[in-house]
Amino acid sequence: MEVLAGLAYGFGIALQPMNLLWCLLGCVLGTLVGIMPGLGPAAAIAMLMPISFNMDPTGGIIMLAGIYYGAKYGGSTTSILLNIPGEASSVASCIDGYQMAKRGRAGAALGIAAIASFVAGTFGVVLLTLVAPPIARFALSFSSPEYFALLSLGLALVVLFAGESPIKAALAMLLGLWFTSIGIDLFSAQARFTFGQTALLNGIDFMIVAIGVFAVAEVLGSVQARTDAQLLSVPRGIRNLLPNWEELKACRFALVNGSITGFLVGVLPGAGSSISSFIAYAFEKLFSKHPERFGQGAPEGLAAPEAANNADTSGALVPMLTLGLPGGGTTAILLSALVLWGLKPGPMLMQDSPNVFWGLVASMYIGNLMLLLLNLPLVPLFAQALRIPAYVLFPMILGISVVGVFGVAQSIFHVGLLAGFGLLGYAMARLGFPGAPLILGFVLGDGMERALRQSLQMSGGDLGILVSRPIAAGLLVAAVLVLIMPLVGRFNRWRLRGIAENG
Amino acid sequence: MIQRVARDSDVLAGGVLAALGVYILVQATRWEYMGFDGPGPGFFPFWYGLAIVILSLWLVVGRLFRLRRESPGAVDWPGVRRALGTWALFALSVAVMPWLGFVLSFALLTFVLVRWQFGQGLKTAAFTAVGLAVGFYVLFPLALDVPLPAGRLGF
Repeated sequence: MEVLAGLAYGFGIALQPMNLLWCLLGCVLGTLVGIMPGLGPAAAIAMLMPISFNMDPTGGIIMLAGIYYGAKYGGSTTSILLNIPGEASSVASCIDGYQMAKRGRAGAALGIAAIASFVAGTFGVVLLTLVAPPIARFALSFSSPEYFALLSLGLALVVLFAGESPIKAALAMLLGLWFTSIGIDLFSAQARFTFGQTALLNGIDFMIVAIGVFAVAEVLGSVQARTDAQLLSVPRGIRNLLPNWEELKACRFALVNGSITGFLVGVLPGAGSSISSFIAYAFEKLFSKHPERFGQGAPEGLAAPEAANNADTSGALVPMLTLGLPGGGTTAILLSALVLWGLKPGPMLMQDSPNVFWGLVASMYIGNLMLLLLNLPLVPLFAQALRIPAYVLFPMILGISVVGVFGVAQSIFHVGLLAGFGLLGYAMARLGFPGAPLILGFVLGDGMERALRQSLQMSGGDLGILVSRPIAAGLLVAAVLVLIMPLVGRFNRWRLRGIAENG
Repeated sequence: MIQRVARDSDVLAGGVLAALGVYILVQATRWEYMGFDGPGPGFFPFWYGLAIVILSLWLVVGRLFRLRRESPGAVDWPGVRRALGTWALFALSVAVMPWLGFVLSFALLTFVLVRWQFGQGLKTAAFTAVGLAVGFYVLFPLALDVPLPAGRLGF
């Protein structure tokens, strides 16, 4: 009953004309961002955050979330027509999507991607609606030790899933913890790591780090990769964008598989939608009666990853909205946006700001419908965005980045920091250090230090408080297990290699 | 072999991060670690500083063991030069912003990038630079009331 009442209240907010407009704007921008390779939703949201400061928080988060899930719709267009993923989560969609397009079924492939995105996106929002309230209620019993343990588990999962090397992911996360320590320590008024710069006393604004590491670094990475690709033509007319009955029938299990896999993987911090889409693709191929068709343009090979990367967005919003724990770079930016609007993401959000929570959830139902209606007939129009030359797009991104940072900090020093973080993000990407753990370390580090210090103040400096409370102990044990897991795997591989070499 | 070790990206990154970890540790020890009312400002940095040192050394040692078996991957040096050149131009445009202001420094940055980094003609570069700079000026300060860094000329 509580869920239905909340949802009805949310629809009352989301259906207000201005919020419908923000939702539509977010969905259109998200689709364009998803279509353009070299511009991800994290970078786009980070760049637009300063502009959204003057907006009402409900409208603002509806628009920013629209960019987040809208980008998942748009990403498939580039995968299908160019064989280049518009964003990381669409890599798996290239495999069969591009093959379908090459065989003259580009319209059907785009249609399948849009339908799979709509079905899984809506399924994900239904699950978000159902599971968020009980999780938030449970988390209300958390105190500082439980929060510290929860944040430790979140960061441990991020380290486990982000990138190929857990050591590099952990180092990136620790770097984020360091950046968040810069400035005045609020417990003792001690200036830390400010290098004598008064401009650093208030710390580094999250947006400078986010825009630098995502937007500027993405531009530099794209300038390095500079590739010319041939855009396949998009059939016009909605009839040419609808898949035939055989193709739809082939996709029916892929939609279920992708929806469930995507949501479950999305809930895990750090897992990310590229992992969920590959897992869904692998499951689909594993259980298929015709695995040999995969990679040759199998419709279900496109539907499964597309469904997964859309259901993933709702899954990722569950820990962010109910526990204040973002699972990836984009959700970390959304969480920061809520904080900057003076809201408290976490278990109290539903009680303190029901208009924001339920308004956002309801807007996602509407947004998914808008995206389906936009993407089917307007996909040829959106695909024109791919014709924007790189020499226009990249300076434009750099310019918006500068405007975004200056709009918040009002100082050239901070724009200089932006350039520094851009170089850092580029270097990290080249050296195989993932950017998301750095952002999450930065976002969660402050809360983590505060929770740890408050816990130790409660216990008079006794670390035992972290293991004497059952929930905190359970979460910390889980965090340790998560960190030990790669070591066990590595030891096992080393042992097996030794056995193979000896005999 | 020594040259290969010195040029390896993981070894270099690990070395830089280990030095950063040592710096954090040294700084943290100068601040109070534990006071009467709980942990001091040095408590948290001490532990993550120590973790950075340990993990970066682990990264270096692990890489040294693997270096014997694996050959280093090829680096796209022309691409890296292009990216670093773009960054240097961007950083330079930020450095001159207090004098030239956003509009002029951004127009110059765009012109140089389009002309030399993307190899476009003079007309295209000039048109793109002027178009984007004017577009930004019209959209942000005039339409959205979002300020842009102003230079000596007042814009």
